[in-house]
Amino acid sequence: MTDRARALRLEEAGPLGRRNVLLAALGVAILAFLALPTFVVLPISFSAATYLTFPPPGWSTQWYTRYFESREWMGATWRSFQVALLTMCAATVLGTAAALALRRQFRGKPLVNLAIIAPIVVPVIITAIAIYGLYARLRLIGTIPGLVMAHTVMALPFVVVVVGATLRAFDETLELAAQNLGANRWQTFRLVTLPLIRPGIISAALLAFITSFDEIVIAIFISGARAPTLPKQMWDGIRTEIDPTIASVSSLLIMVTTVVLVAIALLRRRG
Amino acid sequence: MSRHRAAVGRWEVRVLLLPAVAWLTALFLLPIGRLFYLSLVGPGSHLTMAHYAKLVTEPVYLKILLNTFEISLAVTVLALLLGYPVAFLMATARASVAALMLACIMLPLWTSLLVRTYAWMVLLGRRGIINDLLIGLGVLDEPIRLLYNRTGVTIGMVHVLLPFMILPLYSVMRGIDVELLKAAQNLGANLRQAFLRVYLPLSLPGIAAGCLLVFVMAIGFFVTPALLGGRGDMMISMLIENQVRELLNWEFASALAATLLAVTAVILVIYQRFLGLDRMWGGVR
Repeated sequence: MTDRARALRLEEAGPLGRRNVLLAALGVAILAFLALPTFVVLPISFSAATYLTFPPPGWSTQWYTRYFESREWMGATWRSFQVALLTMCAATVLGTAAALALRRQFRGKPLVNLAIIAPIVVPVIITAIAIYGLYARLRLIGTIPGLVMAHTVMALPFVVVVVGATLRAFDETLELAAQNLGANRWQTFRLVTLPLIRPGIISAALLAFITSFDEIVIAIFISGARAPTLPKQMWDGIRTEIDPTIASVSSLLIMVTTVVLVAIALLRRRG
Repeated sequence: MSRHRAAVGRWEVRVLLLPAVAWLTALFLLPIGRLFYLSLVGPGSHLTMAHYAKLVTEPVYLKILLNTFEISLAVTVLALLLGYPVAFLMATARASVAALMLACIMLPLWTSLLVRTYAWMVLLGRRGIINDLLIGLGVLDEPIRLLYNRTGVTIGMVHVLLPFMILPLYSVMRGIDVELLKAAQNLGANLRQAFLRVYLPLSLPGIAAGCLLVFVMAIGFFVTPALLGGRGDMMISMLIENQVRELLNWEFASALAATLLAVTAVILVIYQRFLGLDRMWGGVR
């Protein structure tokens, strides 16, 4: 083959030649491995069988009925909603304030940055036993304030990161302009900064909500036996029996996450 | 004027930061500091290294450390083997295809970890879908054990951690000109040579970043190994839970936590030194 023909062949076949097809097939298989397994809970949740089997011998909504009629499951769900909502408020306020401060240079800034990011990089099991030890002494185990305080620690870094990224794209001269026109600092924040970074704050808040709503490791330790969060209730269920009620809860969780994700995507598009 | 602004700025910075820093100090930094203290005290509050010594001298605990290392290493290698081709395809695909692939990769990240792990229990069980399928196809005569052993843990953990391999790889590969592969072939290299001597070396920072990230997340992993693993596959995080909740041995649990934290910190420092922590989430965040 002449060099020219060789070059032409390469041009047509892409960088890998005929192996492209093989590689693409492999890629599709790996992506399927990533994306598909979770969805197995959907058909299982509508199974008419009384035990876990696939494919389901028939269809029914019995597992959803069981979930919605169970006092334990409903209690856990409601508790998780309360905790996630309160965590969202606390983490969003604290995190946005911190992100605003972190725009400035000051002594010890790298240390503060490290402390704020730490809850993401420290293995959760360590955070969990540390807070468990603290709560055992303060008698905060099994309480909603206790869960909210702990979950806020986990959600705070995400809020600082997301709001911080939004602030980097924000033109600070607008703040100076507002102040030159006579606004005080609070007015500047409320009337200029806040409206412009609102999409970032809302994304951060949703992220904080999900962080708390999905949190399991800390909840295993501090939510106590009588007041489990939804993930803790699922954990106990999975450990004792793999009953299909958990499949219906899982399916509902997938739907909730999808709704929140779509909301974030729409916000991004608008923002 | 500017000095006045700076002064106001400093005061403002303190007020804005104080709540978050106080919150983290009270509920995170001090409680973890207390673990370090507990790991070093013996009876009569004497300083001692006995809890750490127990960890490296008793075979039961050495086995658990070894498990943790072996499982994390296996998960890292498998994630690299699976993640590399996907990242390559994504980096060389058209923008719309790459976006679709990215969605497939981000989707599981957004789904509850517990739900994903439960799904694997359904798939891998003795009467699970995979066993049924393999028996139906005549590959197997009787179900094989895929759950509550190392196979289950490895599959589950690779599934959870694979995105953290792909994203750093992708962020590096996006910056490599794929025409270089063609250029090398035009200059007479075959595809293997072109890949091994041109593309692979250029993608090394991505490989290092992905491997360090996956490994560091694997050694501290709790939920998936606790649900999919068997008695013989206990990892350090499960041992910590066991010591705290069942044996109330806070001193030993603290020594384990401090060890895990130290190893995690060392890996992250290496990462920061050579790759920069801002690359950690593949620049996607």
